[in-house]
Amino acid sequence: MITAGIDMGTQSVKVVILKNGEIASRNQAFSGFYPTKAAEQAFEEALKKTKLTLADVNYVTATGSGMDMAPYANSTISMMGADAKAGVYLFPKARTIIDIGAEEARAVKCDENGIMINFVVNERCAAGAGTFIEAMARALEVKIEEMGPLSLKAERASPINATCVIFGESDVVTLIHRQESKPEIARAIFDAMADRITSMVHRLGINPEVVLVGGVAKDVGFVASLKRKLGINILIPDHPEFAGALGAALSAMSRVKGGKN
Amino acid sequence: MKESLEKDDTEYWRWQEYHRILPGKSWKNKELITAGVDVGSVGSKAAIMIDGEVYSWGIMRTGSNSPDSAKKVMDWAMEGTGLKLNDFKYIVGTGYGRVNVPMANKAITEIACHAKGANYIWGPSVRTVLDVGGQDIKAIRCDDSGRVTSFLMNDKCAAGTGRGMEVFADLLKVPIEEIGDVSLKVDVEPPPVSCTCVAFAKTEAMGLLRKGWSKEKVLAAYTRAMAIRMCTLLDRVGCEKELVITGGQSKNIGIVSRIENILGVKCLPMPKWRESGLDPMIAGAIGAALLAKALYEKSQKS
Repeated sequence: MITAGIDMGTQSVKVVILKNGEIASRNQAFSGFYPTKAAEQAFEEALKKTKLTLADVNYVTATGSGMDMAPYANSTISMMGADAKAGVYLFPKARTIIDIGAEEARAVKCDENGIMINFVVNERCAAGAGTFIEAMARALEVKIEEMGPLSLKAERASPINATCVIFGESDVVTLIHRQESKPEIARAIFDAMADRITSMVHRLGINPEVVLVGGVAKDVGFVASLKRKLGINILIPDHPEFAGALGAALSAMSRVKGGKN
Repeated sequence: MKESLEKDDTEYWRWQEYHRILPGKSWKNKELITAGVDVGSVGSKAAIMIDGEVYSWGIMRTGSNSPDSAKKVMDWAMEGTGLKLNDFKYIVGTGYGRVNVPMANKAITEIACHAKGANYIWGPSVRTVLDVGGQDIKAIRCDDSGRVTSFLMNDKCAAGTGRGMEVFADLLKVPIEEIGDVSLKVDVEPPPVSCTCVAFAKTEAMGLLRKGWSKEKVLAAYTRAMAIRMCTLLDRVGCEKELVITGGQSKNIGIVSRIENILGVKCLPMPKWRESGLDPMIAGAIGAALLAKALYEKSQKS
């Protein structure tokens, strides 16, 4: 059985193809101005990698903020639902999934079957999402991929009270003028964001094991800050940015099997 | 359309810095000279009072160093008056940088100062003060003596603040002082932008411009979203008549008229600050100078 999940994110679209419940292929592309087109291409390339054609795919489920624009989709699943499914598939003991994307952060509580029980969302504020790191990297004149490794070199954290991207930019400039070192500023940025995510997760309550997914999970600097702030270990899968697409593909599988979702 | 998205070096966000001495007043032979220095996140304001009456003030942009900004704006308020720092009996610092006002005898929160200052500017009928500053929005309720009875604030989020407006002025290339008028140049009010976060609203605005929306329409949609946000805060604190708006955004007619429209109330009219009236931006500094007077008098009694 071949199923696929498409995650129509605000910044990039992700595709995961499952063959009998095993990941056969994954692919991603920038959403750009034409996310549907971007997703079509990403999907076709993912198929090519597995030497499959569209006709071989039994069922496609879409998720992500742009899920209504997804091509080929037979059904959709909420981002929280997809997170829960993917989290438990990747780590069977996972009960809390934190997903941080470009513009939104979520924490989802789920049961052992990957069914969502409750969730909290940080939306409409860039300070709790990947956009924050991007904007701060620009202010610090550092490439975004360098931010994490840089922050790990910090010996201490400079205090920063940024909880807003707009003010964060001027805070960073002030710290630069004060001649704080870049590693320390980078660490302060991650600490500020981790504070925000921590308070969001605490509203939900922490149920171990805790899994972190979404593009921001790839940032070693943020992960170190979040571990410090939460005071617990966090599990991170390989390719954490594909969790949403994986969850959607798993949902597609249960649909074919006649399950509820 | 394309050209309007290209960068240029004009600083559209830059607002007018100025100082003024009210005519017909003198401080010679006067007993009690006090000052309030309000170091905000975006603007620094200083007001000088003689026996509890406003004499002069200065408004300028806050620099990266709060003590410096406090000193500069105080110097500016004193410029041309002949006053020196040691003529002052008492100085109160307020605003975001209030603990960094070197010449201040005491620091007082801007909430107390804005209520007090609004009471001075508009009179004792004021019951609700909406202070829209550079970095936060405060909805304050007060009694007839300008004492705070309750307040709510939206802290450290640029949505709806002066800083957020500056970002939009730059993005749309509309001088900040014209932004209110421009936002009203629409035949039909468009729906508000869906994102309140300035970072996302910027992206949304770019999308709308690409779709062919005019600057005016985009600005109207953004200003409306911000006004709704302010009204939510006012609703939560319980908006009572009379309502006044202080802080830099009180000069944004686009914001003020939309708040009036949404709440169905009329704000007390803004003083004619361009002529000889008081500037609603200095409400906090005026309140601080008044509290300085009260504190000095209290210290003399004991």
